[in-house]
Amino acid sequence: MKWDGGTLATLAGSFALMSLFAIGGANSAVPEMHRLAVDVKHWMTDQQFTDTFALAQVIPGPNMIIVTLIGYHVAGIAGACITTLAMCGPTCLLAFIVGRTIDRFGGASWQEVLHAGLVPLSLGLIASSAAVVARAADHNWVTAGISVASAIITYRQRLHPLWVFAAAALIGLTGLA
Amino acid sequence: MKQAEPLTPTLADLFVAFAKVSLSGFGGVLAWARRAMVEDRGWLTPEEFNEVYAVCTMLPGANIVNFSVVFGSRVRGPLGGLVALAGLILPPVVLVVVFAMLYARFGDLPALRHMLTAVAAAAAGLIAATVAKMARPLFDQRWPAAPIPALAAFLAVGVMQWSLPLVLVILMPASIALALAQKLRLRR
Repeated sequence: MKWDGGTLATLAGSFALMSLFAIGGANSAVPEMHRLAVDVKHWMTDQQFTDTFALAQVIPGPNMIIVTLIGYHVAGIAGACITTLAMCGPTCLLAFIVGRTIDRFGGASWQEVLHAGLVPLSLGLIASSAAVVARAADHNWVTAGISVASAIITYRQRLHPLWVFAAAALIGLTGLA
Repeated sequence: MKQAEPLTPTLADLFVAFAKVSLSGFGGVLAWARRAMVEDRGWLTPEEFNEVYAVCTMLPGANIVNFSVVFGSRVRGPLGGLVALAGLILPPVVLVVVFAMLYARFGDLPALRHMLTAVAAAAAGLIAATVAKMARPLFDQRWPAAPIPALAAFLAVGVMQWSLPLVLVILMPASIALALAQKLRLRR
């Protein structure tokens, strides 16, 4: 594994900046992670990004651990730590400050406007992450079918995602995917 | 049902609680956080939880990460925020590194490749369904223009694959202004 200070600095800078634009959670930033890691920096192939995304889904923990996986892939354990800190640091500082001051703002109406302005954007971004991952993972009719079936089942039933993933993994194991 | 005063956790309590939430929390850590903080431990009332959560969804970054910092620092100061965050992040990071090492070693096996691709395909569908569910309460009478920024963000980031910071520097103020306009129109 080859890496240097420059790579670590790039990782730190990219993910710190990205974290501040991850409105509505880490999933909002998945398209940006893909753009950066696959298209711009060529840290990983489309296939490796898809695998990384899938791993992040099946490892217990918050969604944002996908950045830890990307960091590890690029620069080993140092990379994993740096990207995780970069993804958490700026937003946590912001959360700390806002958490301390929020009581003093009182008026709920500006909060309502902010909320009404940000939620549609985060929905658009999360939908984008579904599109980006689908584009990378759905390379035949079987995988496309898995995506559609998973969407319909999740929308209609309150099924634990683990069951959906287990079923998909079994289909994958048959070699059709 | 006991209606006791909210209890104040110690630093060790905070670490253990968030570590547990993190590791049991699979596919939506937040539901587990609510259960742990409100139902099992009585650290927050349901109203307080909703209030803290509402703040966290408005902040950038992972919602649960923000939640740990806001909650931890409220009950135990800056150190409390740091300890809660460490509890949430450290265990999965260790786990992730183990998985990443295994993947680096066995990632080329065709069987694993196929399984991961299938899981990613399923996850894409799952996320799409979640968006559809979340969108339902949003697109109501009060915010008739809400689909416009949502669609704009999807086209720019999901279809055109433009840079996220660039897109949001433009769309964030635009979307908030649009929300403000809708609110003012409603008041008249």
